[in-house]
Amino acid sequence: MFNRDRWQEIFETIRKNRLRTFLSGFTVALGIFIFIVLFGFGNGLKNTFKQFFLDDATNTLWVYPGTTSKPYRGFKANRRIEFENSDLQDIKDNFQFFIEDITPRINRSAQVKYRGESDNYSTRAVAPAHQFVEKTIIMKGRFINQDDVLNKTKNIVIGRLVAKDLFKNENPIGKYLEIGSSAFKVVGMFQDQSGDREERLIYMPYTTQQLIEKNNDKISSIIVSFRPEFGYKTALVFEEQLRLFLKKKKSIDPRDNNGIRIRNVADQIRQNQRFAGVLQLIVAFVGIGTLIAGIIGISNIMVFVVKERTKELGVRKALGATPKSVIGMVLQESIFITALSGIAGMIGGIALLSNMGDRLEEFFIIDPYIDNFTAAMATALLILFGAIAGYIPAKRAARIKPIVALRDE
Amino acid sequence: MISIKNLHKSYRMGDSSLHVLKGIDLDIKEGELVAIMGSSGSGKSTLLNILGMLDSIDEGEYLLDNVLIEGLTETTAANYRNKFLGFIFQSFNLINYKNALENVALPLYYQGLGRKIRQAKAMEYLEKVGLKDWASHLPSELSGGQKQRVAIARAMASQPKVLLADEPTGALDSNTSNEVMGLIQQINNEGKTILVVTHELDIAHMCKRIVTLRDGVIVEDQKVEQVIVENHV
Repeated sequence: MFNRDRWQEIFETIRKNRLRTFLSGFTVALGIFIFIVLFGFGNGLKNTFKQFFLDDATNTLWVYPGTTSKPYRGFKANRRIEFENSDLQDIKDNFQFFIEDITPRINRSAQVKYRGESDNYSTRAVAPAHQFVEKTIIMKGRFINQDDVLNKTKNIVIGRLVAKDLFKNENPIGKYLEIGSSAFKVVGMFQDQSGDREERLIYMPYTTQQLIEKNNDKISSIIVSFRPEFGYKTALVFEEQLRLFLKKKKSIDPRDNNGIRIRNVADQIRQNQRFAGVLQLIVAFVGIGTLIAGIIGISNIMVFVVKERTKELGVRKALGATPKSVIGMVLQESIFITALSGIAGMIGGIALLSNMGDRLEEFFIIDPYIDNFTAAMATALLILFGAIAGYIPAKRAARIKPIVALRDE
Repeated sequence: MISIKNLHKSYRMGDSSLHVLKGIDLDIKEGELVAIMGSSGSGKSTLLNILGMLDSIDEGEYLLDNVLIEGLTETTAANYRNKFLGFIFQSFNLINYKNALENVALPLYYQGLGRKIRQAKAMEYLEKVGLKDWASHLPSELSGGQKQRVAIARAMASQPKVLLADEPTGALDSNTSNEVMGLIQQINNEGKTILVVTHELDIAHMCKRIVTLRDGVIVEDQKVEQVIVENHV
């Protein structure tokens, strides 16, 4: 293995058989390159999936009012249910054991102006707890606080993209925006992992929105976060009790499923995780498939290479090469080539992945990567199989009587 | 140098077996130049393969330089071939991606000699066959006669006891054939034992002794007046 003469002989063979060397090297390099890139893209797909679905807090129930489908206690069917401020307080009082936090949400959209610039944006009127259920990240200033809610202040928190649209490079904090017909003071700027849509939002205190709308007490929906130490089953129990409580309060038939809608994020997370698992499986499958294709490729090349050299090996045997030295030479050469080109392909693949970053975001591939262990293992596997694929025909070639090999004209 | 007693060899062809050599007795002394003649199917190539340890014996005894050649493993056979024998083939069998010098140096590599010594020795033998100036040429850049001369230099390089030539002129025209036979005669005159398998009578007559095979037995074994070839090298 460490014989200098052997290496010299091998280098000479490699140098003088460029096509053969190129073919086997290229197969291995390409195989490992494609494996790494595909595997990395698969991981990128998983990253996107996580950003889409696993970004919000997982211990939340989203409660929406619906329309009844059954008459009940003198009420007709098709009654629209509405939530108001008292519902918030009642939920808080009755479910202290389960609840961590609670926030209402009122969705609106409005024309927003700043100096010459103006555009339409969605607004969300919320309580401070909303920051945690939506995992809003404050970049500058602060979020809506309890003080804002109590005093119905005209303070707003704007998304990163709102600030970019309206303020360009200006610092938005402390500036005033015109929403509808009133002026609001920007007290904070946020970003959100969920994507561009979330970052084009404006948050304000829900009480302020109600004040503008003739001082009513209506809210669009309620988001409740339960204590995170509760497991999935407790969350389901809580969901059921909350549903019964609200149905009773709003005089909805207990058998009517349309009056109140509750989205349990814990439930959804479970489904999403299952989906992520399937995605992982697909990525693994693609990876293994590519690797097998690579192994078959290098095996074919090795069989071809040895076949092509049968006569040469016969000559070498006639000149005194032992079977061991023939096998050793073929193997050492093939391992040398596959190792070198395998590593080159691996480095190339990893380099491509790390340069990709967010460039393929529109194809739902974010930050594709492969961990070093998987990459190294795949490369080692390909080299190993290349060696095995070379060993079998080399062994046969070494066993052939030189006279048979030489007769092959 | 070579002593064969009651040599038998048969090949299995499906169900039947083909008895190729039916009791050969042959003695070849050091420094002889022997032609083994015979039409195709007479068993001459089989005999050469057995002498070259490329094939095994069914029955009988084979002594090469007083070493009994029997039941060899592939590895020892390879070592013996390397030490005792030099091969010259009809189709030259040069390694096409190695130049003339490297081809000649190859058996020395399998003898375990250092690179510098190999190159020097190989050059010496190339010079001997008159191809010193062609050392860096690939086989594809050489004529048939030149290729066979390189092959002869290669066979000589490991300083074998015996040279085995299987139809060495079979692929060459008559001028080049004479050239190659002249070289073989010259090497023989320097004391090397050489066996030439041929089916051409004029080639056989350039040797000192002709052994004729027919149907697996020796039918004639006679010393002849050697036709000396003008040496062109």
